[in-house]
Amino acid sequence: MEIPYTVTARPDTGLWNAKVGIWLFLASEVMLFGGLFSAYIFLRLDAEPGYWPHGLLNVPVGTFNTAILILSSVTVVLAWAALKMRRYARYKLYMAATIFCGILFLVVKLGYEWPQKYDHFGAYIKTSSLEKYEKYLGNKHLLAEGLPPRVEITGHLHNEEALKDPKIKEYEVALDKVYTDPDDPKMDRPHFLYVPPTDQIATIAKEDVERATMFLPTHSTYFATYFTITGLHGLHVLGGVVVFTYLFFFGGKTYRQNPEHLANRVEVAGLFWHFVDLVWIFVFPLFYLL
Amino acid sequence: MDASSSISAHAAHDPHTHADHDHHELGWWRRYIFSTDHKVIGLQYLLTGLCFLFFGFCLMMVMRWQLAFPGKPLPFLGNLIQNVLGPGAMNNGVMTPEFYNSLGAMHGTIMIFLGIVPIAFAAFGNFVVPLQIGAPDMTFPKVNMASYWAFFVGGTIMLVSFFVPGGAAKGGWTSYTPLSDIADKGPTYDIIFNGQTLWLIAFICLITSSLLGAVNFIATIIQLRAKGMTWMRLPFFVWAQFVTAFLLLLAFPPLESAIVMQLMDRIAGTSFFLPSGLVVNGAAVSISGGGSPLLWQHLFWFLGHPEVYVLILPGMGIVAEILANNTRKPLWGYKSLVLAALVLGFLSFIVWAHHMWLTGMGTVVSAFFQTTTMIISIPSVIILSAFFISLWGGSIRFTVPMLFATAFLPMFGIGGLTGIPLAFNSADLYLHDTYYVIAHFHYIVAPGTIFAVFAGIYYWFPKATGRKMNDFWGKVHFWPSLICMNAIFLPMFLQGMLGMHRRWYDGGQGWTLSSEKVWGLSGFHWNTPISIAAWVMGLAQIPFIINFFWSMRYGEKVDDNPWQATTLEWTAPSPPPHGNFLATPVVYRGPYEYSLPGRAKDYTMQIEPVQPNERSMPEPTMSLGH
Repeated sequence: MEIPYTVTARPDTGLWNAKVGIWLFLASEVMLFGGLFSAYIFLRLDAEPGYWPHGLLNVPVGTFNTAILILSSVTVVLAWAALKMRRYARYKLYMAATIFCGILFLVVKLGYEWPQKYDHFGAYIKTSSLEKYEKYLGNKHLLAEGLPPRVEITGHLHNEEALKDPKIKEYEVALDKVYTDPDDPKMDRPHFLYVPPTDQIATIAKEDVERATMFLPTHSTYFATYFTITGLHGLHVLGGVVVFTYLFFFGGKTYRQNPEHLANRVEVAGLFWHFVDLVWIFVFPLFYLL
Repeated sequence: MDASSSISAHAAHDPHTHADHDHHELGWWRRYIFSTDHKVIGLQYLLTGLCFLFFGFCLMMVMRWQLAFPGKPLPFLGNLIQNVLGPGAMNNGVMTPEFYNSLGAMHGTIMIFLGIVPIAFAAFGNFVVPLQIGAPDMTFPKVNMASYWAFFVGGTIMLVSFFVPGGAAKGGWTSYTPLSDIADKGPTYDIIFNGQTLWLIAFICLITSSLLGAVNFIATIIQLRAKGMTWMRLPFFVWAQFVTAFLLLLAFPPLESAIVMQLMDRIAGTSFFLPSGLVVNGAAVSISGGGSPLLWQHLFWFLGHPEVYVLILPGMGIVAEILANNTRKPLWGYKSLVLAALVLGFLSFIVWAHHMWLTGMGTVVSAFFQTTTMIISIPSVIILSAFFISLWGGSIRFTVPMLFATAFLPMFGIGGLTGIPLAFNSADLYLHDTYYVIAHFHYIVAPGTIFAVFAGIYYWFPKATGRKMNDFWGKVHFWPSLICMNAIFLPMFLQGMLGMHRRWYDGGQGWTLSSEKVWGLSGFHWNTPISIAAWVMGLAQIPFIINFFWSMRYGEKVDDNPWQATTLEWTAPSPPPHGNFLATPVVYRGPYEYSLPGRAKDYTMQIEPVQPNERSMPEPTMSLGH
């Protein structure tokens, strides 16, 4: 028994089966990420003033990853075009480039960006103690400017054992730059270029702290959404890389039997890859820029 | 020679020779367990689904004891359950409140996601749709197999969750947050192997299964229709499955995202659904807060409402086929039915918040969803009216499938009409979460969809096995089931209107509301006849179970088209071989050409070419003036 239209298009629909399948699958994926993005909107709109952080992510690295993903979307189209022209060696080259870009994206994301977050510390100050830390927070200045208040002090935690040991009564934090000169109007809005923590150490008493964590999903709904969405997106990138790797190593057999079949498979995988790219095009501004 | 006689000539061949010819290289495991054949997968779904359906029903029969006789030891089963699940479930044979909650949550979950959807959508869709459109199989047979096994794994995890410490999920089938976020958590619970987390993990499997199935169904209907099978020649059942597949495809993923978030809340300590300042057992919880419990409800009901139509549309499709076949006349208003199904599918995505009137969303939001909910009743009424009018003037054959299909109509009607008060914001404030709601949606799903499912089983059984199910025992199954269904759910409307809450562990014994008398019994005492009816209905399923298995081997042997039907599945041998049709079918006419004027027989199959002098089929109309 043969299923018709696996490689050639059905005349009246103009489509072969897998193309219908992948578009339907992508429609469902839109709804999946749509659910997560609507959660982002819901939680962000619900957040108390000052409780939706800005400028905590590394924008240049994010931009680099954006460029990498867009580049890989180009190379996968070139790989497909090479197959359509029946130039197998060139297909292998472009496919290798696509796989490389996919892996590079994951390495940057999981090997650099995420760990940089786990290593960062933030302490939400109790409302009653905000006054005490005014020299770091600069809320009078922000109020005058009509900007939302700062309620958290972030930086590099010097005494990490303080998180676990109840006997230690304060956190020693090497401050992020914004808290060293909070009234500087240049610091009113987050910076695009990454600024490392300064050497200036602030001591924050635990009794003044409402909640203190590293930048983990538990830190805030912001980081919860960030890690969930980028994690799920990362899984999609990984899935794409696995499929491309399979097509790279085992595509030869299909190609010899029917080159059009391999071209179709690359097209379908490529459509998925473009979708993964598109999701990132939403993730990047929502978390890094806005 | 006319086409149907050539079919019966084919049927004279032994079907096994074709079957053996096509998959002689496959071993037993690949043929019956890890099969990629849509018919085998359909039957796998059917059998697994029926087991879950019965199991889910058993959970309810156990619950009904506690509701009718609160605090009394459960006879026979009480000690058994206590021995298996421990004193956390049964204390000296008396059901604990925690176990009662587990039963309620799992009854809902199992009936909907492991019973009805797998049977009505996956089983019938898999078995019937490719046959009805003249396809050799599904477009993606391996994906189809993966879909079944993802469902199987999900179902297994759901069952396993009964046996983990603390028992199965207790948060209701809706798993409302923040309750379900903090349930089954703490030092005595495993972080993964606890009821609620396993519920979430099982759901990820089930959603994967439904995604794979939905993609497959839609692609099959778009791509694999036989030559001449244009869109408006599709049987209504195929249209119903087509719309259902779109609902599953697009409505389930938002719930999946919500489930991922709830898993993160439970495992990674996030606060997606946990508000700031949450206090549990008198102590503030150490969470970041800032989450929104309402977010869960929105995402859940974004699936939850289309899911209602996932439950009912395949049932309507089955009923349509059986009505046309047994009234021996075309389905009335085929085009309106198709359009109504499409509109129903679309509108079902914008009514979800009518489940949330009590959350205080605000009057503007409520007014919007109240309006869309009113509008969605229009296509439902069109469908039901078209079915009723189809009966008009027909010479009806009351076969067993037809009995169930006919019963579907008023039962679904009651379910639908009693939903209208719930659609109104102000009326729902009173009726919300009472037994009225239970009665309303059970009328749609139990004597509605489940009757349609039974109708479908009796109807297509000869196609799957080559034998008919026994008529007499079919009727013994039907009449008590019909009576008991009404005896169970009709009094619940009364209980609900008294204000009895649907989640009371004691059946309302300790509440003043339920001491008021209605129709001679107090609200609480109505529980007893309802429970007895439920148990009798359990007994009434025994003839079906025996009939089902007995008929597989000993049922009356029938030819390929025992019901004299018109659609393509009846041109294939019974049971159809791998690849389905002996010759690739070509379609020449619409799906319901019964009683075509000037013909010797009262049905004309879709594969019969149009005769040069044939009068075209008139658009069916209803004449009231004779």
